[in-house]
Amino acid sequence: MKANWDFSRARFKAILMKEFIQMLRDKLTFAMMVGIPIMQLIMFGYAINSDPHALPTAVIVGDTGTFGRSIVTAMENCAYFRVVAWPDGPDQAEEMIARGEVLFVVDIPPDFSRRLLRGENPAILVEADATDPVATGNALSAMAQLNLTALQHDLIGPLQSLNAKEPPFEVRVHRRYNPEGKTDYNIVPGLMGTILTMTLTMMTAAAITREFERGTMENLLATPALPLEVMTGKIIPFVFVGFVQVGVILFTAAVLFQVPVVGSLALLALSVLIFIAANLALGFTFSTLASNQMQAMQMSFLFFLPSMLLSGFLFPFRGMPEWAQTLGQLLPLTHFVRIVRGILLKGNGWAEVWPQLWPILLFLGAMTGIALRRFRQTLD
Amino acid sequence: MNDAPLAIDVKGLAKSFGTKKVVDDFAIQVPKGMIFGFLGPNGSGKTTTIRMLCGLLTPDAGEGQCLGYDIRTQAQQIKRHVGYMTQRFGLYEDMTVRENLEFIGRMYDVTPLKPRVQDVMDRFGLAERADQMAGTLSGGWKQRLALVACVLHEPQLLLLDEPTAGVDPNSRREFWEMIHDLSAQGVTILVSTHYMDEAERCHRIAYIAWGHLLLEGTIDEVVGQSGLVTWSVSGPDLPALQTKLRKETGVQMAAAFGNELHVTGSDKQALEQAITPHRNDQRYRWRPAEPSLEDVFIYTLATLKDRK
Repeated sequence: MKANWDFSRARFKAILMKEFIQMLRDKLTFAMMVGIPIMQLIMFGYAINSDPHALPTAVIVGDTGTFGRSIVTAMENCAYFRVVAWPDGPDQAEEMIARGEVLFVVDIPPDFSRRLLRGENPAILVEADATDPVATGNALSAMAQLNLTALQHDLIGPLQSLNAKEPPFEVRVHRRYNPEGKTDYNIVPGLMGTILTMTLTMMTAAAITREFERGTMENLLATPALPLEVMTGKIIPFVFVGFVQVGVILFTAAVLFQVPVVGSLALLALSVLIFIAANLALGFTFSTLASNQMQAMQMSFLFFLPSMLLSGFLFPFRGMPEWAQTLGQLLPLTHFVRIVRGILLKGNGWAEVWPQLWPILLFLGAMTGIALRRFRQTLD
Repeated sequence: MNDAPLAIDVKGLAKSFGTKKVVDDFAIQVPKGMIFGFLGPNGSGKTTTIRMLCGLLTPDAGEGQCLGYDIRTQAQQIKRHVGYMTQRFGLYEDMTVRENLEFIGRMYDVTPLKPRVQDVMDRFGLAERADQMAGTLSGGWKQRLALVACVLHEPQLLLLDEPTAGVDPNSRREFWEMIHDLSAQGVTILVSTHYMDEAERCHRIAYIAWGHLLLEGTIDEVVGQSGLVTWSVSGPDLPALQTKLRKETGVQMAAAFGNELHVTGSDKQALEQAITPHRNDQRYRWRPAEPSLEDVFIYTLATLKDRK
């Protein structure tokens, strides 16, 4: 018998047509194929900005003179800084930077004007939240140039001599929490949240969908098992998986990247537990919506993408436009990244962690509600 | 049958999915200890009915009891005393036979678990495959494992949804022997099937189409109620004869059975009148025959379709 190796255009066309038919029939996959590029374009094009401006800044005004005001104006004019608070003293400012309400604290000392006029070259202190060096880097370089220009219009006439050769005052920058400006310090804690989000959401969603897909769920539901038993029984193993992942990440971070752990590990563990639960509840909800494992994966991915891009993990949160920040606030990862950075690098305690923890708890509650409502004991 | 206690007694059962009515005004009574065959074309509502009986689906309308428990409100109790074998293999392929059985046993609070699992594995010949992955079992063995998983908690009622689909004749025979053994121990069994030989192994049968119960009774009753008359004919060129006979008015059906043709009609005289010219043809040998169950089903379906 003679083998027929001739390429048949008819057969090729038939396979081509079949693939298109199947592709278009899986509506969700098709929507993803179109939706993901659009989503990515919008996020990268409009939301993401690695050179953030208008960063929240607190100014401690010890000296109410003209020079201090001119410096603040100059800071705002360079567009990197937006003064949002005028704390009374260092303690209050310290609290604000720990909570992440401001990224910079500028301290203009009480005798600034007097010493400037005497030509003593006084210093203003700029404290920066350096947990995310990318977010604060450009603003700090702009700040360093400020002393050359800020007082140009004030130091005229008889005072011109002060502006002659060297800068009339000094800008002393203090990089808080991450003095060397290491990006690892920022990436590693963020990575913890990202890894948990990706693996846990996907794994739970797939694990439950798999039971429906393989027909084992019908068998399971025919037994006296209750929905809560099925749900908790299927979820708890992933809590362990999550904690193992966290352990591996923390160990690796400490050994390979020397990321410090300043805060309480117990508080971190509690936050991790709540965050894991939120992701598992989300995965469970996806599994009640998806009709097969592939769709469950796609939904997880669709959630994962904005989580990674809008949470402040990869790109500075403050650099995003208002709408993207609002969207980001809805994502558990945004808050978790702040909690982990806060605990590991800043040594934050309960008071600073709680404002970021309750949004995750809210998310967890909402998702559990949806999941339990949608998960049926019957096949209706 | 009227005084025997009933394992299943439902009426007015209805279920729709979207706008499609899958089961409509369905009533059935199954006496305890009986093997009850559930027959009907694909998509006739057999699986949906079984799922409603064991609490997996909530009926839109209707009422009734299963083992004395209300099917609408006591699904949890029903599940405890019913064994349901799904149409598709519903155990875990990546777990061994023993692991699967122990898991199912735990779901039903079977105690003492391990001896009970070992016991059923010995009794149903699964012991030597105890540590084999369920996914690597052949179709016949999977089906046997699924049955064993259903009887582990000693249910009073077994609901088997096409348990022997795609299984070889030998395994099917062994399977039916197990069913009869269970029945002899007093277990009520409701089994859906497409196989006529399996229908004949049941004590009673029900024939369902478009969600309605069409026929119900013992085989003889069902065949008798149909009022069909059948003649069997053999001879040369049966396909040509079949074409001719189908056009005759007294003939409802003419179907080939091996080397014979079964000619069936609902009116004895009209049928005999229709075949008379061919009976005088010396080439053909005619003899009166019993209408088969299949004839009855196909006839019932065809006449109902005409009325619809």
